[in-house]
Amino acid sequence: MSREHASRRLPVIVTFVVGLMLSIMPLPEALAPLRPDWLALLAIFWAMQLPRTWSVGSAWIVGIILDVSYGTLLGQHALALCVIVFITVRFHLLMRVFPLSQLTATVFALLALYQFLLFWISGVASVSAPAIAYWAPVITGTVIWPFLYMFLSGVRYRARAGR
Amino acid sequence: MVASRENSSNPARIPALGLRVLVLIIVSIALMYLDHRENHLDAVRKGIDVAVYPVRLAVDAPLRFWSWLGESTTSRANLELENSRLKSERLLTNARLQRLTALEAENARLRALLDARARVRDEVRVAEIMAVDANPYEHNLIIDIGSRDGVYDGQAIVSADGVVGQVIRTGLMTSQAVLISDTDHALPVEVNRNGLRTIAVGTGEIDRLDLPFLPNNADIRAGDLLVTSGLGGAFPAGYPVAVVDSVTRIPQESFADVTAKPAAALDQVREIMLIWSAAPTAGEGVAEEPSDE
Repeated sequence: MSREHASRRLPVIVTFVVGLMLSIMPLPEALAPLRPDWLALLAIFWAMQLPRTWSVGSAWIVGIILDVSYGTLLGQHALALCVIVFITVRFHLLMRVFPLSQLTATVFALLALYQFLLFWISGVASVSAPAIAYWAPVITGTVIWPFLYMFLSGVRYRARAGR
Repeated sequence: MVASRENSSNPARIPALGLRVLVLIIVSIALMYLDHRENHLDAVRKGIDVAVYPVRLAVDAPLRFWSWLGESTTSRANLELENSRLKSERLLTNARLQRLTALEAENARLRALLDARARVRDEVRVAEIMAVDANPYEHNLIIDIGSRDGVYDGQAIVSADGVVGQVIRTGLMTSQAVLISDTDHALPVEVNRNGLRTIAVGTGEIDRLDLPFLPNNADIRAGDLLVTSGLGGAFPAGYPVAVVDSVTRIPQESFADVTAKPAAALDQVREIMLIWSAAPTAGEGVAEEPSDE
């Protein structure tokens, strides 16, 4: 069981480290607001595929790490990630049989919820945030999702085949 | 789609999912409360920051490597050119410095006559900005020294041209700083020409500061240099902050609409300086030097 777990966790951890790097990679001033929420996308994918080994607890830890590297309130991203992963795990069977177009629409809704939670927490804590630019990552995240989905499915398939 | 068969048997068997989420949400809210109200969690943050450090280094490495490559493959002719340019620059700066020493001595004498506290020289250390983005909605940056090097929260950061920002969170090896253009940042400044004191507030645009608290009849005009007044205690006095761009006076309004452009190119600097200003001596009668004399 533990070997099985290890081989399942390695690709997940690697993709998350890469996702964190992409999240903090410098972008030109004009493109920076368009940066998709890589970690949210990854969290949705892995929660959909491996809802047992990869669930809300791990999402929370990833969120805390993101909070520290972004310097946001400790727990802000953790809470938002936790909630969308919870919804994904609840509906993972449904989401697996969705055609890609419908799945992408679902991801759009999840990303919007994620961003809304972040926005809301910022508002409650009275940390100012610009209104329009805030929602750009939802759009870019949705656009990137199909490609990311195919790529990660490939990664996952290889990892399983190599076991 | 590669669905793992063993997982898909029964979704209800994922143990206590709702409960776990509830607990985690409550823990998150508690954490946010603690983090927001008091800074109880600095130690936790520092601990996790150390774990993030390798990732930051890895992101920063390609750029560092690129600039190193550029430096080590510059041609001899270029180097000679740069060398001669630097030499002439140094000559100029030295000449100015000579005058400065005389002026400093004179200033100290005059201050002694006026019975004012002598200005203390500030300690400075050069640091580099890491090529790492922090929160995209705030004007933040990460610098490559931390509490290990004596960096403290609220420390002033300047570049060769003017004030850049201040440290808001110190990690062990890296620190996070906020730029003066961030919407949450306000900086006590004074007009260099006449000592008029006000506050420069960030606008969220990298090349603009607002001076919202100047009355319509204030003596300020475009081209005025704003320097730190040292009143907030965070920044030592006398560093250039911004140059006033435009002054719009609308007769009905009680405040003039004044904007300024930061003296430092906030989005272009890579090398910055951190200032260790001598702590203001407590218990003395004069807390701040009278700047309007």
